[in-house]
Amino acid sequence: MANLRDIRRRIKSVKNTAQITKAMQMVAAAKMRKAQQAALAGHPYSQVLDRVLVSLRDHVSEGAHPLLESRPVKKSLVLLVTTDKGLCGALNTNILREAATLDHESTVFVASGKKGASFLARTGRNMIADFALPDSPTFLQTKAISKFCLEKFLSGEVDSVSVLYPKFVNTLTQKPLLVPMLPISSEAAQGKGEHVEGGAQYLFEPDADGVLDAVLPYYFHFSVFQMILDARASEQSARMVAMKSATDNAKGLVKDLTLEYNKARQAAITTELLEITTAQMALA
Amino acid sequence: MALLNLEIVTPEKRAYSGSARMVVVPGAEGELGILPDHMPLMTQILPGEVQVTTESGEELYLAVGEGFVEVCPDRVSVLTDMAIEEVEIDEKAAEEAVARAERELRDQALGGEELATVQASLLKSLAQLKVKRRSRH
Repeated sequence: MANLRDIRRRIKSVKNTAQITKAMQMVAAAKMRKAQQAALAGHPYSQVLDRVLVSLRDHVSEGAHPLLESRPVKKSLVLLVTTDKGLCGALNTNILREAATLDHESTVFVASGKKGASFLARTGRNMIADFALPDSPTFLQTKAISKFCLEKFLSGEVDSVSVLYPKFVNTLTQKPLLVPMLPISSEAAQGKGEHVEGGAQYLFEPDADGVLDAVLPYYFHFSVFQMILDARASEQSARMVAMKSATDNAKGLVKDLTLEYNKARQAAITTELLEITTAQMALA
Repeated sequence: MALLNLEIVTPEKRAYSGSARMVVVPGAEGELGILPDHMPLMTQILPGEVQVTTESGEELYLAVGEGFVEVCPDRVSVLTDMAIEEVEIDEKAAEEAVARAERELRDQALGGEELATVQASLLKSLAQLKVKRRSRH
């Protein structure tokens, strides 16, 4: 039978832990809502961007734009989006398992998030850059990352660019997803919307190709921004779920320990009573 | 009187949405004033200021980053990196950013990529300052 004082000490420490995990759960829940709202706030932008792409469809000349040109892939670049902090369940493990399956030789990595960066360093992968981002990144901050990738692609150092990030499916599920971004597929470059018959015939200034030149990088920057926001929402929801189960476990543990504590206390009292009675009987 | 439906959006938020009598944007080929019933146009914009004359005749200024503008006869959509209304601009922060950028440009031999980044941020900060200072005159 465990010592009474030891059990009491353990109960106290487990309760403390539960308090911390509970607090983390609440914080993660609030941050998750914020991250989801941030992702939704980009909706008007994506609509206008799409409208621009759709209206450009008929006006651009056939010659392939450098961002649309697909080359035989000798080197590919993967932007690995992970979290900076742990305690978010299997989120990073799943992403990194996916990253480990990528070809060692022909893949170069750009990391965003400390967990990914330290994984790449540990396994000796070819990491060419590591970007740090705050909890709620702004477009200009993520643009620095996407611009870096874009330039590697345009200079011919890499022949394809993809993003590996935890896609937010719902609060309970996050799926690691490898999304090819560059070269931009021609379907994506044409926009998702239906072409409006007899719609506005735009005048382009300086010309349609010039506008396309400027729009396509934005399409890429914006997609990367959205994916990073999505990864943030995933991180927070994974953390919330992990912390909730940790809190539940701690509560279960406290319950078991309290039971054990009471049993031990009962046993101690019984022993004491027995001793007193025995002593009395001996005196009588 | 015909009005324009103006929308200024950034990836982070819808910075402005409402009707306007006139919009002036910093186009790639020069300032561009847009009135209702403008012909459909699509062009690039550079960091600078957007001037909006609202329905009540009030004038609003916003500092914007680079992006695009889509013009339809009854609608103008501005897509940009950054859009800050005059009241939200922190003049001191913008001044510091300008000073920092200028110092970096002067002191260090920057590579092409860094140079472009610093120049872009300089332009954006200058655009903010321009908008802010106008309000005092």
